[in-house]
Amino acid sequence: MESTRNSLAYFDNHWPTNKGAWFPGEAVRYREMSLFDDFRDKSWMDLLIYGIRGTMPQPEVSRLMEQIWIICTSYPDPRLWNNRVAALAGTTRSTGALALGVATAVSEASIYGRRPDIIGCEFLISTCDQVAAGGELDVIVMEYLKKHRSIPGFGRPIISRDERIEPLLAVARELELDRGDHLALVKRIEDVLDRKRMRMKANISSYCAALLADLGFSPREFYNTVLLSFTGGIMPCYLDAVEKPEGVFFPLSCSKIQYQGAGIRRLENVKK
Amino acid sequence: MTDGQETIKSSIWFEEAEADNPYAAASCYCSGYDVYGDLLGKVSWVQYLYLLFKLDLPDPQHARLLETLAVALANPGIRDHSVRAAMNAGVAGSTKASALMAAVAVGAGNLGGGREVYLCLDLWHHLGSDMEKWQHAISQPSQDERIDVWLPMEHFPGFDPNGVTCPRPVVQTLALLADIGSYQPLIWLRDHRSELEAATGYPLSMAGVAAAAFHALGFSSEQAEMLYLLLRLPGAAAHALEQEQHGWRQYPFFGTALKPMADADYQSLMKTTEAK
Repeated sequence: MESTRNSLAYFDNHWPTNKGAWFPGEAVRYREMSLFDDFRDKSWMDLLIYGIRGTMPQPEVSRLMEQIWIICTSYPDPRLWNNRVAALAGTTRSTGALALGVATAVSEASIYGRRPDIIGCEFLISTCDQVAAGGELDVIVMEYLKKHRSIPGFGRPIISRDERIEPLLAVARELELDRGDHLALVKRIEDVLDRKRMRMKANISSYCAALLADLGFSPREFYNTVLLSFTGGIMPCYLDAVEKPEGVFFPLSCSKIQYQGAGIRRLENVKK
Repeated sequence: MTDGQETIKSSIWFEEAEADNPYAAASCYCSGYDVYGDLLGKVSWVQYLYLLFKLDLPDPQHARLLETLAVALANPGIRDHSVRAAMNAGVAGSTKASALMAAVAVGAGNLGGGREVYLCLDLWHHLGSDMEKWQHAISQPSQDERIDVWLPMEHFPGFDPNGVTCPRPVVQTLALLADIGSYQPLIWLRDHRSELEAATGYPLSMAGVAAAAFHALGFSSEQAEMLYLLLRLPGAAAHALEQEQHGWRQYPFFGTALKPMADADYQSLMKTTEAK
């Protein structure tokens, strides 16, 4: 294609692909594999990772990913913002797919979820590269903080301690996937932040990012593979609300609105 | 964390409860106006929309500009990606909400979507109506400092990378919006469109026009992104319903359009399918 301008004509009724296809009544190709023949002894995580990365993961990688999905699922707690959306969908008797879809979309948040995941992963990989090239970790971390005011994957809303880290590291140790440079770097960054009295501990996102970066995942591959991991916690919150009387999920009385706006006024007083 | 007394702070909305039910509002106030006791029946949808975002009613010229823009954006057309997304929900009998969610999601992106409008507004805020600054920004587009959930921009915001000349509806909309009152960004864009298009190599897009109008109305980047997403939904809804009536059999499936690039087995399977 000479330019993107010619792209529309080139792609008109023409979609070349190596990602797969359905051959009605015959077979399904999944990238370069046959869905029904080549995945009989594979797990859902194998399928997911292969679909995203194009290479079949080693069993321990899929096992680690599954544990990430379990340990880092959205807890079945409807106070958490994404889960609360699902609970609200339940209390209004919306559908399960709508609840799950929108709660997943909402999980692409800034203070938790997918944005810290992908940005934090890039920070770890870039910092690791810079340190390997002779950069000073203290300087790199403090310059990043000065520029961006925070480091995604470090610090946590509500509470600083992250109870998910130890269980995840235990799995990583068991799978012998805990010896990579990125994982070691997380601890070193924490030490830098401690020394600078920044009071920002690494949260689970950094550990997931580090473990997967050590396995060669790019930031966007990390993002793509964990996108749906919150679903395990979202659905119980939806169901909990469905099982209760309609409309009763954390009801708000009128007095719960703390109004800070313009005083009461009449339309007649406004210049039209 | 929770003491039972948590409140929602708002400068937009205030309610007085019914005497017999603290969970039902007797009066609702939007930025001080009694919505159901005063505004209803007296203000237009667009005036109310403006009030919600800006906390003051628009002057007649602002209202006319927003109303004109709202009509221009209401139906991006049956070939638009966001409308196509909604129709895919429609033809397969998916829920109505999913059709709108599909339109919002697909119409949210860097190409012709809410994100593009957001980025355009940022450009307006930084570059104003200074052609030299625009030329510089076009020749040296800023790079994202960090990766994000949004993919990197692949074209200069506000211009259509797949366009040839500026389509007539875009020109017509810009001309009309620039004629409403004396909104400098719109007049400047109308008068400098050709120069900008020459610099980018692409024609101005409707997203670019919408962004200039939102800027002229004084909306922030975030407000403009949200309004753009909202105002484009009517067409998606109508087309989804229409195609639901027609059904999937009368809607393109692109049956032979998928072209294998992989191995011989794949190509052979594709051949068999095409023969069928």
